[in-house]
Amino acid sequence: MDQSGQKATNNSRIDSKFKYVISNIHGGEKLLNCFQCGTCTSDCPIARFSDTYRPRQIIRMAQIGLRNRVLSLDALWLCASCFTCTDHCPQDVEVANVIRVLRNLAAQEGYIPNVFKELGSSILETGYAYRIPELRIKRREALGLPPLPRGNPENLGRILQNVHFKKLIEKRGQQ
Amino acid sequence: MMTEHHRYLIFLGCAIPYRVSSYEISARKVLQALNVELVEMPEFNCCGLPMDPVDHKMMLVMAARNLAQGEEQNLSILTLCPGCSGTLRKVSKTLKEDKALREEVNSCLKDSGLEFNGKIEVKHLIQALVEDLGLEKIKSAVIRPLTTLKVAEHNGCHVLRPREFSGFDDPEDPKLLKNLVEALGAECLDYMDEAECCGAPSIGVNDKICLQLARDKLNHVSAVHAQALITVCPFCHMMYDTNQMRIEKTFDEKYGIPVLHYPQLLGLAMGLPPADLALNELRVNCSKVLNNILNEDCLNG
Repeated sequence: MDQSGQKATNNSRIDSKFKYVISNIHGGEKLLNCFQCGTCTSDCPIARFSDTYRPRQIIRMAQIGLRNRVLSLDALWLCASCFTCTDHCPQDVEVANVIRVLRNLAAQEGYIPNVFKELGSSILETGYAYRIPELRIKRREALGLPPLPRGNPENLGRILQNVHFKKLIEKRGQQ
Repeated sequence: MMTEHHRYLIFLGCAIPYRVSSYEISARKVLQALNVELVEMPEFNCCGLPMDPVDHKMMLVMAARNLAQGEEQNLSILTLCPGCSGTLRKVSKTLKEDKALREEVNSCLKDSGLEFNGKIEVKHLIQALVEDLGLEKIKSAVIRPLTTLKVAEHNGCHVLRPREFSGFDDPEDPKLLKNLVEALGAECLDYMDEAECCGAPSIGVNDKICLQLARDKLNHVSAVHAQALITVCPFCHMMYDTNQMRIEKTFDEKYGIPVLHYPQLLGLAMGLPPADLALNELRVNCSKVLNNILNEDCLNG
């Protein structure tokens, strides 16, 4: 629709410095190299089956400065991190890493899909990304496997005390 | 040559002890038979990969903690999971090259008395098999050549990409796993989109799309009439084996393609008893493949 085209160029919605924020973060450095050839989208296995995930478009939104629109996109979380786009980019843009930078910024604004909250809280509680049932850990002996090395979540929690995600989870817990 | 001894620190990661013990059981059996000693990590946490999308720094600190733990043991790390090896290698290289970032991460580790010094090497199973043991050693360990078997291989993204960090195989036309399969006497078939993603990392965000990716792979693999698909990643294995019936149901397809971990295939070729290789833990029945391999033995027996 025309309306959405207008929205895209509405100055009040544009953060003209956003591209510099991204290119100052590790992995986002080459954002400005992108000349929109579309290799990333055409080689993306997810884009083949998704109606909404288009890496080229995401990169363009980031370049223009459509900060809020790009950070609130559900499709941002569809990337499977297969790195095909990164390997194929003729301009050396680390496309998958730019998307990771955008996801990290989105997470700081509170956009985090549940699956990542679950993985993260399991890591903080057990050290492992999944809550491995006690029965499975015990079954290792019967299967002839050595004991599972411990996850030491207490120590992990201490060294992660200053990372953003931990604070975010704690804030949520207090509410 | 068979007496050459290799030692690694084994990094299991989370997915294998959680859902894919058949991979660990078979890998430990074949490595033992190949005279490879595995030393357990004193403790470990998730490699960090699953948290990279939401918090890059959390991933860096988690990976660095594992690497620092490993450094204290003075051994190279061996992983069965490409996600783990990819992440640990990437973080190791990044922190070695970026002093400021290294100091930042090390200041987080301080509390645990650990420090990342960049002195540790990380290898995925197939890299260790090819680079350290060598194809000749694998070939000489084969006592039951799989000459009647035609299979397809699937590497898993993080074995191959990004090129900058994997660097031991060609991501466009990968050869390592193919060579490892053919060293066993089996034929490794070419098929469409061999190096394409299984979809697993986006499970939980949009399952339908992920299953479509996996379905595509199974279509391509069955188009060349592969008798089995060979994987070296717990996540890819879950997509193709654990989820195969779900894919069949969702898209009204019928595949019945057995999905074996490479160490299971290797073990069979080495003459290890099938019962040692956790083949019964596979979701898709592999008795046809097994009969094909064991047929000659049975006739002789």
